[in-house]
Amino acid sequence: MGKVLLVTGAARHLGGRFVRRIRREPGVELVIGVDLQAPVPELVGPAEASGPGEPHRAAYTFARADIRRPVVGRLLAEYAVDTVVHLGVSATMLGSTSRSQVKETNVIGSMQLLGAVQKSPAVARLVVKSTTSVYGSAPRDPAVFHERMQPKVLPTGGYAKDACEVEGYVRGFARRRPDVAVAVLRFANIIGPRADTPLADYLSFPVLPTVLGYDPRMQFAHEDDVVEAVRLCALEARRGTTNAGTFNIAGDGVLLLSQIARRLGRPTLPVAMPAVSVVGRLLRQTGLADFSPEQLRLLTHGRVVDTTQMRETLGFVPSFSTEQALDDFARVRGTGLLDPALLGRVVDRLAGGVRARESAAVGRAGAQRERTGADSMGGLTR
Amino acid sequence: MNEAVNEAKVIPFGGDRRGKPAGGAAAGDGATGAGAASAGAAGGRAAGGRAAGGRALGRQKSATTRATAHAAANGERSGRLASVRDGGDRRADAERAPGPAAGRNPGAGRRPAAERGSGVEPSAGAAPRDGAGNLTAGAAAEGPGAGPAGRGAAGGGAAAAGGAAARVADALGNAVGSALSGPLGGVADRLLGRGWERSAADGLAFLRRRITGDYEVDAFGFDRELTEHVLLALLRPIAERYFRIEVRGAENLPEKGGALIVANHSGVLPWDALMTQVAVHDHHPAGRHLRMLAADLVFVMPGINELARKAGHTLACNEDAQRLLEQGEIVGVWPEGFKGIGKPFAERYKLQRFGRGGFVSSALRAGVPIVPCSIVGAEEIYPMLGNARTLARLFGLPYFPLTPTFPWLGPAGMIPLPTRWTIQFGEPIPTDGYGPDAADDPMLLFNLTDQVRETVQHSLYKLLVRRRSVFF
Repeated sequence: MGKVLLVTGAARHLGGRFVRRIRREPGVELVIGVDLQAPVPELVGPAEASGPGEPHRAAYTFARADIRRPVVGRLLAEYAVDTVVHLGVSATMLGSTSRSQVKETNVIGSMQLLGAVQKSPAVARLVVKSTTSVYGSAPRDPAVFHERMQPKVLPTGGYAKDACEVEGYVRGFARRRPDVAVAVLRFANIIGPRADTPLADYLSFPVLPTVLGYDPRMQFAHEDDVVEAVRLCALEARRGTTNAGTFNIAGDGVLLLSQIARRLGRPTLPVAMPAVSVVGRLLRQTGLADFSPEQLRLLTHGRVVDTTQMRETLGFVPSFSTEQALDDFARVRGTGLLDPALLGRVVDRLAGGVRARESAAVGRAGAQRERTGADSMGGLTR
Repeated sequence: MNEAVNEAKVIPFGGDRRGKPAGGAAAGDGATGAGAASAGAAGGRAAGGRAAGGRALGRQKSATTRATAHAAANGERSGRLASVRDGGDRRADAERAPGPAAGRNPGAGRRPAAERGSGVEPSAGAAPRDGAGNLTAGAAAEGPGAGPAGRGAAGGGAAAAGGAAARVADALGNAVGSALSGPLGGVADRLLGRGWERSAADGLAFLRRRITGDYEVDAFGFDRELTEHVLLALLRPIAERYFRIEVRGAENLPEKGGALIVANHSGVLPWDALMTQVAVHDHHPAGRHLRMLAADLVFVMPGINELARKAGHTLACNEDAQRLLEQGEIVGVWPEGFKGIGKPFAERYKLQRFGRGGFVSSALRAGVPIVPCSIVGAEEIYPMLGNARTLARLFGLPYFPLTPTFPWLGPAGMIPLPTRWTIQFGEPIPTDGYGPDAADDPMLLFNLTDQVRETVQHSLYKLLVRRRSVFF
């Protein structure tokens, strides 16, 4: 008897990728996807299990259901689900822009799901996708957040508040069902070739509006690493690791927003602090981007989390650093007007002129040091 | 024409440092020095492709002209899926369209250097080349995807614009580059003296890293390169020429490992902290950086907070202090805070209360020595005769200084008086012998805090007795 997983938010990009990945896992027998909308079929592959001779692929069934309704409880009982993966907490919703609806799905949906899971004795494992925005972004906070730290100012609204509330319900659930291994994964800003997060949309702007006088520190989690981290927590813990608890998940390293803009080749447009909320609201109303207040705070003060727990307790090493995640994003979404490769080349041309001059000067001096050019080239490349 | 590219080095650029499948390619160039490998627009988007961000630099030296010419070929964005880690992306196969055929240099005998570049695996998709041997970034169609509609079109437009921009930029670079090696260089020789080329090359290398974002910051936002090359370089003349700082006891700074420097605070504006940062960096044999713990006011002010983070400062809180100390950094703290820096001129060199001794508990937890530091000279830079409390409240500041010059002379009143300074680092006070629970023992904290405070106060008095004049 293999594992039976129930995955919420399966129609979304990350949910679909996770389903596809987990189905290849030996020991997984059935995966049930739940979402409001029908998923993109190619993302998860054919529904039926693999035949003989094929590589392992668990059976998949999709239930188009609203987790705000008690229908999930029926699914849990019907398929004897033992692992619930809750990826349905999200900043945006497919096909809906109404904030109240998103909030309802996030919070009420999570409550309903947790209530159903609590009633279901077969469930032994729960994985919840959360976000590092539960720490908020404030100038008076410590520079690096540890899992146990409480932010000075709790998020007052938006997705971050949803995630805070969901985490609160999950903690309550964990108290009531101590036999269930609960993992809460707080992901840094998810980025990648296909990730559909508000920050990815923001970074795709031709010109990046920034807050004048602030250069926030950012951390990214690549979508591949997100899928991998969820997979680690959805299965039995590997030897020497614990996959229950709360973990910050982020790639190594930190980038400043100015640095991100340069690497993406996108010019920035600094907006003075008093005008920021007006501009943000304007962009939001025109539907160009989701500049929620929490997003604006992130773009003002930035946020960095500590990932020691992720490495040492969960035993997860992200395959993308923050920098590599951004590179991967840039590769697919393209660079902007100020293509760094182009700018670099112009500077190289100038340096080439200087170098030619230098070697000519050396030649005039009659020096036999032919390798001057090589030296200066070395100086350039590093 | 050159037959071979002498050396091709894939330098990490925006890129693929993990040795992912990469299709970098280098192009050599003509003896004229006009590298013309015009890579296509980077605006083109190769959906799903994990091709290279690798950038290759080909170089060729002509024996007759001694001119070193090089061309940089842009990293190829091949739409080909070299190896997709998750098959879920595979459907986003890219249609490759040839980029702008901007070939100005039909390079015969050009040889791809992809296989020779480090970190390039043979499995990488070969970079598509057009007839002229140019690398073309695929103006790839956006895969079916999550992005809003119209993004693909925008990408295409950007590709065309990028192609034109690339040509303009290349032409500009070439023109200035060859002018530099020709007549302009002669002028520069006369103006700047011989040997300007080396510093110019260094400056250009720095510029290149800055404009392409190819530098590192740590978790606190500390930008080592910017601090060393720009911020400290700006502060150094002030320290050496203006305040003529004499630094004593630099041997008390540990060679490696963490340490907590505790200093007296004075002078209305935190010049003393900045000068201590310069002193630590310039007088430590290894050029270590001082990581300062700054007031929260610093991090709510636009502009200031950005610079403070880049210079390695962080918020004065236990978590940050301890993290830095455990990382083995030299951390500086001014525990008097606003009480010290904003005290009236009449109370100069009288140490205020040292906070609640939080700095001692951080040092105890990290087990690092405390280095008492006494700064003489900073008290007199702005003699604070009064404090306009109403104005301070109005601006949300802890104090609003009234000095003989400020605010009467406006911004000119903010120029500090050129006093002569002494910064003395005292004998380190070890904290590693107290056991694990020491940080929670309030009596020990008070005693250690007092010990540090007394040490700083005594050496202040000694330095003051020794001082002949405030200004000379």
